[in-house]
Amino acid sequence: MTENGMNLTLKVWRQKSDKDKGQIETYQVKDISEHMSFLEMMDTMNEQLITAGKEPVAFDHDCREGICGSCSLFINGEAHGPDRGVTTCQLHMRKFKDGDTIYIEPWRSKAFPVIKDLVVDRTGFDRIMNAGGFISVNTSGNTQDANSIPIPKDDADHAFDAATCIGCGACVATCKNASAMLFVSAKVSQLALLPQGKIEAKDRVLNMVGQMDAEGFGSCTNTGACEVECPKGISLDNIARMNREFMSASITSDK
Amino acid sequence: MAKLDAKIPEGPIKDKWTNHKNNINVVNPANKRLIDVIVVGTGLAGGSAAASLAELGYNVKSFCFQDSPRRAHSIAAQGGINAAKNYQNDGDSTYRLFYDTVKGGDYRSREANVYRLAEVSTNIIDQCVAQGVPFAREYGGLLDNRSFGGVLVSRTFYAKGQTGQQLLLGAYSAMSRQIGKGKIKMFNRHEMMDLVIVGGKARGIISRNLITGEIARHSAHAVVIASGGYGNVFFLSTNAMGSNTSAAWKIHKKGAFFANPCYTQIHPTCIPRSGEYQSKLTLMSESLRNDGRIWVPKNMKDVEAIRAGSMKPVEIKAEDRDYYLERRYPAFGNLVPRDVASRAAKERCDAGYGVNATGEAVYLDFASAIMRYGKEKAIIIHEPNASEARIQELGKKVIEDKYGNLFQMYEKITNDNPYETPMQIYPAVHYTMGGVWVDYNLMTTIPGCYAAGEANFSDHGANRLGASALMQGLADGYFVLPYTIGDYLANDIRTGEVSTSSAEFDEAEQVVKERLNFFINNKGTKSVDHFHKRLGKVMWDKVGMSRNTQGLKEAADEIRVIKEEFWKDVMVPGELNELNQELEKAGRVADFLELGELFAKDALDRNESCGGHFREESVEPDGEQKGEAKRDDVNFKYAAAWEWKGDPKDAELHKEELTFNDIELKQRSYK
Repeated sequence: MTENGMNLTLKVWRQKSDKDKGQIETYQVKDISEHMSFLEMMDTMNEQLITAGKEPVAFDHDCREGICGSCSLFINGEAHGPDRGVTTCQLHMRKFKDGDTIYIEPWRSKAFPVIKDLVVDRTGFDRIMNAGGFISVNTSGNTQDANSIPIPKDDADHAFDAATCIGCGACVATCKNASAMLFVSAKVSQLALLPQGKIEAKDRVLNMVGQMDAEGFGSCTNTGACEVECPKGISLDNIARMNREFMSASITSDK
Repeated sequence: MAKLDAKIPEGPIKDKWTNHKNNINVVNPANKRLIDVIVVGTGLAGGSAAASLAELGYNVKSFCFQDSPRRAHSIAAQGGINAAKNYQNDGDSTYRLFYDTVKGGDYRSREANVYRLAEVSTNIIDQCVAQGVPFAREYGGLLDNRSFGGVLVSRTFYAKGQTGQQLLLGAYSAMSRQIGKGKIKMFNRHEMMDLVIVGGKARGIISRNLITGEIARHSAHAVVIASGGYGNVFFLSTNAMGSNTSAAWKIHKKGAFFANPCYTQIHPTCIPRSGEYQSKLTLMSESLRNDGRIWVPKNMKDVEAIRAGSMKPVEIKAEDRDYYLERRYPAFGNLVPRDVASRAAKERCDAGYGVNATGEAVYLDFASAIMRYGKEKAIIIHEPNASEARIQELGKKVIEDKYGNLFQMYEKITNDNPYETPMQIYPAVHYTMGGVWVDYNLMTTIPGCYAAGEANFSDHGANRLGASALMQGLADGYFVLPYTIGDYLANDIRTGEVSTSSAEFDEAEQVVKERLNFFINNKGTKSVDHFHKRLGKVMWDKVGMSRNTQGLKEAADEIRVIKEEFWKDVMVPGELNELNQELEKAGRVADFLELGELFAKDALDRNESCGGHFREESVEPDGEQKGEAKRDDVNFKYAAAWEWKGDPKDAELHKEELTFNDIELKQRSYK
């Protein structure tokens, strides 16, 4: 390590568009401070490329504080990199050491086609939400008072835990089947646990699972990698709950 | 001032909104199907507006630059949302929320708008619970509240440290339902490039598909801008990387007045900058100031020892620490409002007492709170003779229960353990109170063009209270705009579909294309970020927490120089018709460069100190308040609405006089 920081070799996936074939390109970066975030290291690489008259690497990012779910890098074979409970933007360079070679790839899944370089298309998640990830209540100043239906604290807390999903897609990227079960089950669970969501629970789980399958996401074989890599710690219990909801809805629904 | 009519309804303040709703025009359901509305932005204001308008039956086209509407930056709000529910029976009321908000805004907001905000605040909570937003609850199953800075009641609803996320996902789910029904046509990864005005009315936008580069025309009967604030004019802020002012700025250049750009909120508790590579700043919730004590060393030799690494903060004795907020503001101590706390930190750091390498950091220390909670806990669990180590252990557990996620976030970023050593914090740009001028109906000075949420100017005056931004965004989108827009659209039921093959659309598209072509073909030598960082530095140094005549004049000149160089020497690699993130940034920074100059001009023009705007020339000369901000109600009791005249330096000022019939103007004192 130099006194100014680390020197690193980056192996980065470059792909012009969804129609082109991609390949790994190699870049060197110097003087990387251990206090940098991973994306600030990527900024440094891009500034270097721009100054050299080359095209910078495209990657998704926005809030850079771990909540918007935009960033989506597969780093050394792990979704969001080697740290746990963080998104790529919260990963810091102190997790790496001088001389390291770092492989940086996009999410890999048929349902998440690459748009360019490290940017993928995750609109499949939106379409699953459009199929049923809501409670059908119109905006009105006349909904009943918020405290008219007490909700047991445990249910509210579990609903909240499921609702903290940021929709980043790490679960899909890390799953050997590219399954979206953790994402879908988090929304199904949140709404199934709340009295307001129970009325449409059957239709919701059938419609959302139907759309999930139509998008080309794979099946769940209970490997559990999604839970390990999830930056928000969404629990596998949600998948179990969704399976129960789905089974019961399939048997009892009129549709 | 004929140009500025706020259209505030007649009658007593508590009846204005009800009467207004009863008297405005309504579009019948069959006709709503014939009317198109464009909404730009999918945060709390834009998302809730799009969903509500679609529910009413309008055809909505919704635009966001992110890959999904769920990622708008409202998602990052931590603390909570205010509502005058009075569930805690502590005397809260619509009037009290109204009063606190006007006072907190240092008497620079419009009374009628703020009262309406307080009035609909309770509906927001009802609506969100009905949508499945999992707010925090007590063991009895009812909703919990907490208190926030600047108020005397507990009216803040919350979902741990992720209230913004939960509210936004609520609005997003309401949108998803309408997208599924085909009532909202969603344009992800699209950016609004310009507004199109036909016959004096807003009739559409030009958009760019950020994946293919395709430029497209979209027509509508009304356009709603809900594109957030302009904090990124400072380069470093707590805003998202993509947060920008371009939609708001484009409508400004087409005739919408821009109000009070100098009102910016600098939040006192953010993680300090660590180096030149810094890309953004991270907030540590205001709630931490309930238990943290803010200090710097009293003696310069200790400051130097700390910077040299030969001394640790915990080694400095209590008598050698300067708890400057407690010293200067004994009544409110560490809980003074955001603007006051930020300026006090700057004062100490400017005097040389900053505790990190850059000299821009102060300590936020939980050691006292850990001991206090530990002792309380020891009594509760019957360990009256607990050792100091045991007390510390118990105290740390209490702190972890309250702030665990924030402490973890801090440790991930800084690699320091805040249970063992004080946090380092410094103020950072967080929110912009200024924005597009709107009347009571949220319409801008362009007929048919509306602005909602942080993009408009109306509700927070010169300083926003904690947990009020979420309230305003959702109030505008769910409960105000869906009513007021009908009043305007009622005159449009015979218009029919607006054609996009008009000279106005041709011209707007042409201008957009020329500008994009310019960037790609300029082939300069410096990146967009190079110019953005320079702009940010000027803004922070001269138009930041403390402003004076000379600095503001210099800032305007320096920004003009940067702007000139930018247009000469900016380099945008890549192509026009593909995903090109540098091209996106270039357009946004070009707009920030213009806004920055108007910002400095507005700050220079307002020769008073109010809220987040502090002018060194306007301080209390003597007495107990010596050196504190001095508001000037005789000369500046107005909203400054600027009209575009071709260049920021030529912008023309229009004043909306603010009248206070229901609240007495007072000086804010925290001594």
